[in-house]
Amino acid sequence: MTDIGDRALALHPRVALRPEPFGALAYHYGNRRLVFLKHPDVVRVVQALGEHRSVDAALTACAIAPARRPSFHRALAGLVESDMLVEAA
Amino acid sequence: MTLAEQLKSGLDAPICLTWELTYACNLACVHCLSSSGRRDPNELSTAEAKAVIDELHRLQVFYVNIGGGEPMIRRDFFDIVEYAIAQGIGVKFSTNGAFIDAERARRLTAMDYLDIQISLDGTDAVTNDAVRGAGSYATARAAMDHLRDAGFVERNGPFKISVVITRHNVNQLDEFKALADSYGAQLRVTRLRPSGRGADSWNDLHPTNAQQRQIFQWLLAHGETVLTGDSFFHLNALGGPGEQLPGLNLCGAGRVVCLIDPVGDVYACPFVIHDEFLAGNVRDAGGFTKVWRESTLFAELRQPQSAGACASCGQFDACQGGCMAAKFFTGLPLDGPDPECVGGDGELALAGVATAAVPRPSADHSHRVTRLDRPVPVLLGRK
Repeated sequence: MTDIGDRALALHPRVALRPEPFGALAYHYGNRRLVFLKHPDVVRVVQALGEHRSVDAALTACAIAPARRPSFHRALAGLVESDMLVEAA
Repeated sequence: MTLAEQLKSGLDAPICLTWELTYACNLACVHCLSSSGRRDPNELSTAEAKAVIDELHRLQVFYVNIGGGEPMIRRDFFDIVEYAIAQGIGVKFSTNGAFIDAERARRLTAMDYLDIQISLDGTDAVTNDAVRGAGSYATARAAMDHLRDAGFVERNGPFKISVVITRHNVNQLDEFKALADSYGAQLRVTRLRPSGRGADSWNDLHPTNAQQRQIFQWLLAHGETVLTGDSFFHLNALGGPGEQLPGLNLCGAGRVVCLIDPVGDVYACPFVIHDEFLAGNVRDAGGFTKVWRESTLFAELRQPQSAGACASCGQFDACQGGCMAAKFFTGLPLDGPDPECVGGDGELALAGVATAAVPRPSADHSHRVTRLDRPVPVLLGRK
C-alpha cells in the first residue's frame, strides 16, 4: 500500500466533529463509532486533509514539525482503520 | 491532563445521554432500573420533548439512548424519533419488542441513524421469563424475526440484543452470541445494578464472585465484537498489565453521560434515580443546558473523587472503585469498594450494612398488584 503520507484522504462524509478542550470528538453516523481526537493539532490536520492532495501536504500546510510526522501518520492510519477517514474523491 | 482526567472533569455537553420517554411499560421486569409500569401524568409532552431535542442539537450531542419504560408505548414515539434524526441526532432505543410488528419493523428499517436494542435475559423462555415475565421471550424473538424479515440489518447494520448478565444466564453467553450471529445482530451485555426494582432482586440475581471471573475472561476473549456500554470496568481489577476490557474505564456519571427521565428530571446516570443524584429538570429556566453546565451536583461529581477505603488497594487504577450506583443502593459508602469488588472487599463491607440504612429508589411506577390477604371464597358446583 502507498505510504500514508502520500495518500489523499478526507473525513468520511458521515463523520461529525465536536470541538473539545482536549481536541475533538468524532462520531461516525454510519458505523456509530465514537473516536477521541486527543490533540487540537490532530483536529486541525483532519479538517485540512480534504483541501490537500496528500497527507504530507496537509501536515506541511498545518505547520506540523517534521519530527512529529511519524506520530501523525500513526494517528491518521488509526482513523483510516476505523473508517473515520476515507480516500479523497 | 490525560484524556481520562479531562473527561472526569466534565465536558460542555454530554457525549451521549439516556432519555427515558415514559414510565409506562407492558412488562414488569424484576430488575427494572426505573421501576416502570404506570405512566406518570407529568411526563413531557410532545412539544416539550421536541424542545429537548432542539437543545441537544445545539449542544452537538451526537446520539441519544432512548428507553423507558417501553418507549414505543408513547403514541408520539415515531414523531419524537423522526424529529431527532432530522436534527442529525442518532437514536438508539431499547425495547422489549412487544410493539415491533411487521409493519413497524419496515418503518424502523426505513429510518436513517437508528439503532435498536432488544432486551433479552435468557436464551430460553424459562430463563428469560423468570426475570422479564411470562411470554416476554417469545415477544422479543418475534420482534427480532420481524426486523430480520424487514431487512433491517442489511440497510442499517446490526440491531443489538441487549442482555443483563445474572447468576442464571451467565452460562449462556456463548448461546447469546450465537443467537445474535444468527440474526446478523450484535450482542450487548451489561451489568446488573441494584437500582429501581433491582434493589429487591439484586441479592438473588447478581453474579457470584466466581462468575465474575468467568464474565471477565469471556469479555476479554471477545474484545470489541461484544458491546458492554463500558459497564464492567470494575472487573479490570482481575486483569494483569495489558489485560483490560475495551472502553474508557471510568464512571461517566454527570461527567460525560446523564439521564433525562420521563418527567424531565436530570439524574447523573440511568442507575441513580434518587433525589441525591437529581441535578435539575429540563423544564427549569435555562433548560437542560443550564442543568448540565451549572448544577451543584454535577460540579461536585466533576471534582477529583477520593479513593477512600480503596486508596491502599493496588488495583484502584484498574477498577476505579467501581460503580457509584451499585454502592449507593447497597448502602455502601461512595468512596469505598464496589459491592461486587472482585477482591472480595465489597462482600465484607456489605456484611456490615444494616438493612434499614440502605437507601430506597425515590420513585416507584410499578404496576399496582392487588394483594389478596384473605382466602377468596370459591363456590364449587357441579356442571
